[in-house]
Amino acid sequence: MAKIIVVTSGKGGVGKTTTSAAISSGLALQGHKTVVVDFDIGLRNLDIIMGCERRVVYDFINVINGEASLNQALIKDKRVPQLFILPASQTRDKDALSMEGVEKVLNDLSAEFDFIVCDSPAGIETGALMAMYYADHAIVVTNPEVSSVRDSDRILGILASKTKRAIENRPPVQEHLLLTRYDPERVEKGEMLSVEDVKEILAIPLIGVIPESKAVLKASNTGTPVILDEASDAGIAYQDAIARFLGESRPMRFISTERKGILRRLFGKNKEDALV
Amino acid sequence: MSIFKYLKKRNSTASVAKERLQIIISHERSQRNAPDYLPKLQEEILAVIAKYIPISRDQVSVSLERMGDSAVLELNVTMPEEALEEI
Repeated sequence: MAKIIVVTSGKGGVGKTTTSAAISSGLALQGHKTVVVDFDIGLRNLDIIMGCERRVVYDFINVINGEASLNQALIKDKRVPQLFILPASQTRDKDALSMEGVEKVLNDLSAEFDFIVCDSPAGIETGALMAMYYADHAIVVTNPEVSSVRDSDRILGILASKTKRAIENRPPVQEHLLLTRYDPERVEKGEMLSVEDVKEILAIPLIGVIPESKAVLKASNTGTPVILDEASDAGIAYQDAIARFLGESRPMRFISTERKGILRRLFGKNKEDALV
Repeated sequence: MSIFKYLKKRNSTASVAKERLQIIISHERSQRNAPDYLPKLQEEILAVIAKYIPISRDQVSVSLERMGDSAVLELNVTMPEEALEEI
């Protein structure tokens, strides 16, 4: 039985697809057979972030409608063994996702994979509700910004009442806060909500802090999950988040300006010493 | 943290953001578990009261609060001054 993880946020543009790509690649790199499913029907984008947009033949809706088999629709990643992508459909029919269809596909995937990562669309419409309905874990992607934090809280309310686990009175979906686009310099200046502020407001366990990073745009330009840019700050932060998800405890990095660059700190200090 | 830094932080836009979020989120959370019939209930109670006392929408509030295994339905009516004079 696979563990089902939904990557969700309510608000758009906070980094759900970037996170889905990074988390699924990270789990596969750790040796877990993983599939990442794009639930954003009509606005397919996971494929382009993962760099497999030209290999899409069949999609999620084709599988639901029985027009293709799961194996025909799954795209095997060329860089990471054990990683597969199920792209969304470009149909404009918003009722294309049926509850029974989604359940059948997830059940079939569950027999073959260790992890199923569901990339949720923004909003709280059908696609978003379907993406979270069968989840065991939810990674709530949040920016340190008022509208994103408020929407995340709304999503937490829905996770606690509208998911299968909630409806069947089983143990609740495990929630994990992932703070993205974090800028410790602005936090220090009092221009941005801090990790502690967001943690206090949302009151769920923190799984990682991804710093605002040029590596993210560079990665999406080339269709490479940012976690594969192993030297980048965002890549390292995602690797840490994966390790924490798998039960390891690691200190948070990139949350204070002092820790930002060891080199800069070393050289910076020397300079100051010289001046004294 | 120095006192200077503490004072600076207290007046920062980030602390304004935090305060605004805490207020709106606690308000939204309190309504999250409210049953769907509550707004309609409020409308109907308002209509009944309005038959006897001239009263406006914002002077009646209905809320449902859960305490352990029981729930308290709270009805608050602010009487207008004209109505008080008659009593």
